Formats: sequence, structure tokens, C-alpha cells
Amino acid sequence: MEDIRIGVYICHCGLNIASVVDVEEVAKYASTLDSVVVSRDYKFMCSDPGQDLIKSDIKEHNLNRVIVASCSPRMHESTFRKACAAADLNPYLYEMANIREACSWVHEDKELATAKAKDLVRAAVRRVKLQEPLEVREIPFNPNTLIVGGGVAGIQAALEIADAEHKVYLVEKDPSIGGHMIQLDKTFPTLDCSQCILTPKMAAVGSHPYIELMTYSEVEEVTGFVGNFNVKIRKKARYVKEEECNGCGMCWEKCPWKAPSEYEVGMAERKAIYTPFAQAVPNIPVIDRDYCAYFLKGKCRACEKFCERNAIDFEQVDRFVDIEVGSVILATGYDLFDSSIIPQYGYKTYDNVFTGLEFERMSSATGPTGGEICLRDGREPESVAIVHCVGSRDQNYNEYCSRVCCMYGLKTAHLVKDKTNAEVYEIYIDMRCFGEGYEEFYKRVCDEGVTFIRGKVAKVTDRTIGDEEPGKLIVVVEDSLIGSVMRLPVDMVVLCPALQSRADSEDLARKFVINRRGDGFFLERHVKLDPVTTPTDGILIAGCCQGPKDIPDSVAQGAAAAARALSMISKGKVTLEAAVSHVNTDLCIGCGRCEEVCPFNAPKVSMDGGPLPVSSVNEALCKGCGSCAVACPTGAITIWHFKPEQILSMVDALAEVQQ
Amino acid sequence: MVQAVTPYQEAVDIVKEAGGEAFKLCYQCGLCSGTCPWNLVRSFIVRRLMHETQLGVVDFEDEDIWLCATCNACVSVCPRGVEIIDVMKSLRNVVAEVGAAKVPDSLRITTKTISAAGNPQGEDREKRGEWAENAGVKPFTQDSELLYFSCCVPAYDPKVRRIALATSSILQNVGVTFGILGAKESCCGESVRKAGNETIFQGLAEDNIKAFEESGVKKILVSSPHCYHTFKNEYPELGGNFEVVHSTQYLAELIRDGKLKFSKEINKKVAYHDPCYLGRHNNIYDEPREVLKSIPGLELIELPDNREQALCCGGGGGRIWMETKKEERFSDIRLEQALEVGADILVIACPYCMLNFDDSVLTMGKSDVIEIKDITELVQEAI
Repeated sequence: MEDIRIGVYICHCGLNIASVVDVEEVAKYASTLDSVVVSRDYKFMCSDPGQDLIKSDIKEHNLNRVIVASCSPRMHESTFRKACAAADLNPYLYEMANIREACSWVHEDKELATAKAKDLVRAAVRRVKLQEPLEVREIPFNPNTLIVGGGVAGIQAALEIADAEHKVYLVEKDPSIGGHMIQLDKTFPTLDCSQCILTPKMAAVGSHPYIELMTYSEVEEVTGFVGNFNVKIRKKARYVKEEECNGCGMCWEKCPWKAPSEYEVGMAERKAIYTPFAQAVPNIPVIDRDYCAYFLKGKCRACEKFCERNAIDFEQVDRFVDIEVGSVILATGYDLFDSSIIPQYGYKTYDNVFTGLEFERMSSATGPTGGEICLRDGREPESVAIVHCVGSRDQNYNEYCSRVCCMYGLKTAHLVKDKTNAEVYEIYIDMRCFGEGYEEFYKRVCDEGVTFIRGKVAKVTDRTIGDEEPGKLIVVVEDSLIGSVMRLPVDMVVLCPALQSRADSEDLARKFVINRRGDGFFLERHVKLDPVTTPTDGILIAGCCQGPKDIPDSVAQGAAAAARALSMISKGKVTLEAAVSHVNTDLCIGCGRCEEVCPFNAPKVSMDGGPLPVSSVNEALCKGCGSCAVACPTGAITIWHFKPEQILSMVDALAEVQQ
Repeated sequence: MVQAVTPYQEAVDIVKEAGGEAFKLCYQCGLCSGTCPWNLVRSFIVRRLMHETQLGVVDFEDEDIWLCATCNACVSVCPRGVEIIDVMKSLRNVVAEVGAAKVPDSLRITTKTISAAGNPQGEDREKRGEWAENAGVKPFTQDSELLYFSCCVPAYDPKVRRIALATSSILQNVGVTFGILGAKESCCGESVRKAGNETIFQGLAEDNIKAFEESGVKKILVSSPHCYHTFKNEYPELGGNFEVVHSTQYLAELIRDGKLKFSKEINKKVAYHDPCYLGRHNNIYDEPREVLKSIPGLELIELPDNREQALCCGGGGGRIWMETKKEERFSDIRLEQALEVGADILVIACPYCMLNFDDSVLTMGKSDVIEIKDITELVQEAI
């Protein structure tokens, strides 16, 4: 039996711990415990001098176990493990006692808190004695990256990685990349044209030697783990041979069948064979089966007749492509809230109630009105109301603020003022103009003569009363700054609908084994300090799939996610956690309960060359959560570093009555 | 003069104690004011009242405290889920029971009457069952399937009595065994509670619960959505658990089961007015329409504001006992809406609505162009 020599370090954490727990008393108590050779208290154990204390004590006192009683393992376990490793002590011989989150932060009675800290330290001392050295393993990291979603966040991430000469697969469900941003007219607060600034990036993606663009494609299945994911991509049938098509446009020019254009949010039509917009990347059309006469009635084939390159292929079927990547960046964007869910706003009831996105198309030079702001009957509006917070900041729909509406509402006001002689009412609850140049833009729009009314719109109606002018839309709202309910007659209403998580985000989260927040957006590892990673190693998130954000923030996140992917690529290997699950094949009966309960698909029951089925665990996938060990009916599964005797020793220690 | 902005904690505490915790979440968007029907006829800034409550600077003398008809239009859209009616109720409670100011005379007298006589008309308890005597309606016994609780208004008011008569006639027609408790019944107390008189409400509720339990009542059929609301959602707090069904629900069920059949046509254009306590408070929108649609010949038309957005008649929250100026009556606006869509009959499903609309028809001189009927009256005519 080895001679156990333990060093115990009680951290003050400034006053975080020391103001409630008598740290000196705890250190003194620890020194009385069996096998404890050194016991100290120190102001900040995580500081360099704090760590040096551990390192020098290991050498000087020949320590073979170390305990730091401080914060949570999530905060500093890796710090202290590294300190031990630096002094040639196996990091798994280190143990943490949490006397901050689990003690000083939740108790007020100093005496009882000190007693509890002693208990926690005693439990750690018993446990650390039974801990065993473990070895971490490293495996190679596949340098290819999959990016899902070709909006501005995905495009930015793809270019960052590809420019570093690493392969990117960019998968986009629509026929072209561009996302929501390509539908916008001018962008706040600088008023540069969205298409003008995005199309160069789209073209760069389309021609980049390191980017394999897969549009009109979706992720079908994901297996593997960080550094080694296998992903099956469904390439939906375009009915156009991509390698033959030169994008001449003859097919869509000759196609006689029309459908509402998704790109123009239904305000214009496209053909049954189409590219979503003129600058589409790739410039290769798809056939929409729901509107193509050949698919509906068995005849037409006009596109085929006129295609000089014989690129039309009515027999095409969905194809599946398997790719291998080391990491994945999800940049799947957002859905717009359906404003017709709030009937009192009259969207889809009254012709001249528009959404912000419809306004963007109307205002765009390439849009259905050639950039003219006009009512459905073609008249120029004399008055326009812009309604904020439609489905945002409202517990009946979405409780959160959608973050972009105040600013694009201001931009809408500016564009109306710029292009028409209309009176503009900006109806808001709170103006949130927090970004670079945003407050200045707010001031500019005030200066342009826009009227601001503070209140949440109650109703939009065409029922005029008294001497109100018939034919107008009446916007009913309390101006809360003067405390009076107003009825504003206007010609046009522009609603600012909430940004919501994608309708298929639950499905996508399941495929990539990540979580969503209560509001449906993907959950980041840490909201402040780790915003583009997820708790699943190797799966990164960027842009609006993580929460509503504007273009600058989406671009920043796209680049940040790329940087995280590049750092993993640059390291070239993945370190596997040693505290993982292990199956004793002599005890395993191959029942498969472990397979059922594992959230990470780590255990697999197979014959493995033997006469009976047994389970084995893929250590790269295992997170050491212990679900399988609990579920295993024969006790065949052990989690290294969390063996029953190790845990029970703590329970025993805590159960002892102290004098 | 600068007003002290230091929150007047005592006032806030009194409101909180009276059950109005809900105002804390208000972020002052004013959607309540914009939604409130009062602003069709005069200014009533609900939002300001919420903020005054937050700061503890409510003027309890202000008549605004007594305006809310508790129609629930604001609560159902409030983005912060503020239970505005609860706040109104507690502000009134501070006046009525803590004595912070004077309760308007008509309301004070009516609640006093209800407390003493068990009904707002101040009629003799013993006469509560008088309407039923010539209608062959029997007292409730252990063998009765249903207790029919008519509400005080049809029981005592000769003009509204037709609701109780039509309902009992339909029940007799389909062969349901039912009865009434007559003198043992008291006002349900719903509006009493909304008017801030929590103690009187509890007394009424306890009396009713005791009477129902002693008589062995299991299932109650009601004509008033106000009785429905309090029996179903509020009596359980006081230990009264009964199966409660509104006449429109019951009729729809009889029609669905084939127990109620029509033999006559009613060739009229009929508009249905959603009572607040049936619709917005209890989500019953479809059953009344289902009943009306099944009447042969009847053409059901919708009013401009219907279902969730129905305009209140003005009679909830104790307003039925208070005088409303002629030019401020919501029921007048509603009646105009009904005339505008060309309705021959405006159908209601609530005795308070009947009082208000009958009055509007008379004062607006429209009795030759439109009739006000309870849904049960139309059903009875078509049988």
C-alpha cells in the first residue's frame, strides 16, 4: 500500500469565501485529518502564487494527493489539474471541494457555514485517497469543417476557414446562399445596400477552391464525435444537372408556369424553374415540382427544349453524400414571426399592412416595385405607421426583445421620408439603439421629422368613426407620454415582427446532440464567455440560430466560430477525457440499457468476436455523465474517477456526526 | 409642484394585501389603455393607474377606480401578463373595506342590499322562486339531475324573467329532471367581489355552497356567465366543487346528442354578442354559435368585433348597478354595430347584457328595427 500524502489548500476567494467561512479554522481542521501532510489557506488559490504554492509543496513534501477547497470544478478544476501535472503529479489525483457556490454563497450563518466547509473538506480527503491516476488519450482531428446555413454568419465563417486553406463544406437548404440578408434593402445605420456588400462575399464563396458549396441540400444524419464526425447530406433533386448548366436563364425565361416568389415574400412571382434572385450563388436553377406542369400533368418540358446544354434532367432523384469533418458550425438563422397570429394588427386582413421584410423588398431597387414605396393600388402613401415589438417582448408570443426591430424601424422611417412625402409615425415601447452609430442614427431620423409615439399598438382597423377619413387605416394606441389614447389615420402600416427560432430547430438540435433554450434558440456553452460553442465538443453555433442579432453581431459570431474551428484544426488532435465509462465484459449481459439511456450514443452492444453480445463504450463520445452506470442492472459499468467506493467514501464522511 | 417620487410603500402594501400583486410586472406600454373600450367614449388611462399603483400614489377619490367593467380585453393581450382586473379589484377593496375613500352611492347601496337581502333588487328572499310557480318548475330534490340557477336578474326582474321561462321550458321539453332552490339561493357574488367587497362575496358564496351541499346538488345549470364564472372558477377556493354548465353549452350538447330537435323555422338575420364572462373569461365562443347555426332558417351574422375582441356591454365589475351617462354606454355602440350589419335580432347569453341592450333599444328608439333575445328564447321558439 502506497503512503498517502495529501496537501489541502483553502481558498479565500477574496472575500467570496472568507467573509462567511472561517478559512483559517478550516485549514487548521484539515491538518488534523488522516494522511494530510500540508494544510494552508490563501487569498486566491487560482493566482500564479497560489498555484506555485501547490507545485512547490508537491516537490518539497512529496505530496501524492492534492485538494483545493474553493469554487466549482467548472470554474477551476482544469487550472489546478494543470498545476499538479506541471509538478509531475497525475491530474486525476487532484480533488476539489466546492466551498463557494455550495457553501459561502448560499449560507449566512458563519458558524454553520464553517462547519459545512469542514465537512466538505473531510469528504474530499476520504475520496482523494481512493483516487487513481488516469491517462488522457489523443486522437487526430479531421481538418475539414461543415457549415450549415449560407446566410451572412455561415458565409463569414466559411470564408475565414477557407482563406486559411482548410476545406469547408457549406450546406444550404435553399437553391442559393444569401439568407435573409440578401432580401434586405439598405442596412442600418450606415445605409449601405445589403446586396452590394453581401454579393462579393457570396461570389467569393461560390468560386473558392477550399469551399464545396452544397445548395438545395440538408443534413440527414450525423454520427461520430469531435474531430471525427460523419455527416450524411441529402442533395435534393434540382432536376438540373449542375455540372452542365451555365446559368444562361433560357429555361426560366421560356417556362410558362408561375409561382409566388419566396425571395419577394410573395409580392411577386417567379417561374416553376427558377433561381431565387438574379445574383444567386450558384446561378443554377431548380424545378419546383409543385408548380411544374410536367410534374403535375405530365406535359410541357419547355425548359428542356430550350436548354442548349441538355442540363434539364426530369429523372433526377435526391442524392446522398457522406462527408467527414472535424467540427461543425451551425448558422441556420431565424424565422420571422407570423404577424397574422395577432388578428388585431390586421396583417393579411388589410392590404396595406406590411411586414418589415415585405417593406425591404418593396424598397429594394431589385424588388417588385423597383424600389418605389407604394400602396397595393400603386398610390404613394401620405402617412405611414411603423409598429414595433410585434410578437416580441410579449409573453403571449415571445418574451424576449428581437434586438433589430428598433433600428430597422428607424431605417424604414428614413427610407419612407427619403422616397415619399409621407408623414411617418414610429410607434415604440422603448427605443433600443445600442450599437456603433445607432444612437446617432436615431437622432438623424428625429431630425428628418419622424413623429415618435410611445406605446404598444392596440389595434389596426379600417372602421373609421366620426369625421375620420374613410379608406384610411386607423392605428389605435395610447401615447403613454401624454396619457391619451390616439387614433392615427394612416395609409400604410409596417409591422416589425419578432425573430424566432427556426421551425426545424428542434430536429436539428437532436441531430447534432445540442440543446435549445426555452425560447427555442440553440444554447451556447456560456452566455458570456463561450457564446459560439455548445456543450457538445466540436459543434459550434453562429448568427441568429443562437438568438436574434443584427448583421455586425452575426458576422462577428461567424468569424468567432471559424476561429474556434481553426484552433482545433491547428492543434490537429483531440484530447479525450479520461473520466469515462468502462464496461466489465465479464459482468455485462448485453441487455442494451446503456445504449438506451446514453444521450451521446457512446455505448454499443455487439458480439465483438465473443459468443454473447456485450457492450463497449466509445470513449471519444462518452462525457462521463454516469447515466449508463446507473442504468446497468448488473453493475458491469464503472465510470473511471467516479467509482462507487470513491463516492461512498464521501457519503460516509459526510454522514459522520462531528463534535 | 414637484411630486415626491418616493414610493408610498403603505399604499402599495395595502393593494398587495388586497390581492393585487400583479402590477409589479407592468412595463407601461399602454396596450391596456388602447384596448380598453372606455376610450371609445371617454379617456380612461389604465396604464397610468397601474403606474400610480406601482408608486403608491393612487388617488382613491378618483372615479376612474370604478370605471373598469372587468371585460378582460386588456388582460388577455397584456404582454407582461398583468392581472389588471385583480389590481382594479384590490384598489376598490382598499376603498370599500379599508375605507380609503367613499364608494359611489349607487354601488354602496346595492352591495348593502345584496348583503342584507341576498339579491341586488332588495326583494324578499321568499319571492325568488315566484317566477317558476306558473311555469310548472319544481323545487330541487335529491332526484333532480340539475339545479337550475337563474341568477337574481331573471328571478326578480319582470323584463328579464323571459330567460328563466325559456330555459325551463326547454328543459321540460327534453324531459330533464331539474329544480330550483328558490328562497335558499343567494346572489352568486361575482360582481360584488369585483366591486371590492370581498367579505360580502365570501358570505354569499358560503351561503350558496351550504345550500347546494345540503340539497345534494351535483350539477348546476346557469343562465348568467357571471354565475358560471364564480361557481366554476372561484367557489372551489372556498370548498364548493360542483359541475357547472352554462345554458349555451347545455343546449349545444342536447343538439349534438339529438335530444333537442327543431320543428319551426326562424327566418331572421341574427347577430350574436359574446358576453365577456362567457368568451374572454371562460373561452366559450363556439357553443352559442353552434346552437344558433342549428336553428332552421336562421342566418347567423358576425358583429365587427367578435369572439376574443368582442365589445363589452358595460355591465361587468359592478357597473350594472351604477349609472352610466347616456353618451358613454358601450351597449349603444354595440347596438349600432348590430344595426350596421343588418341584424333583425341581437342575441345575447347573459342577463346583464339583456338589461343593457334592452335599455339601449328603448333609449335609442330602435324597438321597431331590432329585438334583443336570449339564446334560449330563440331555441324555445324554434322547437
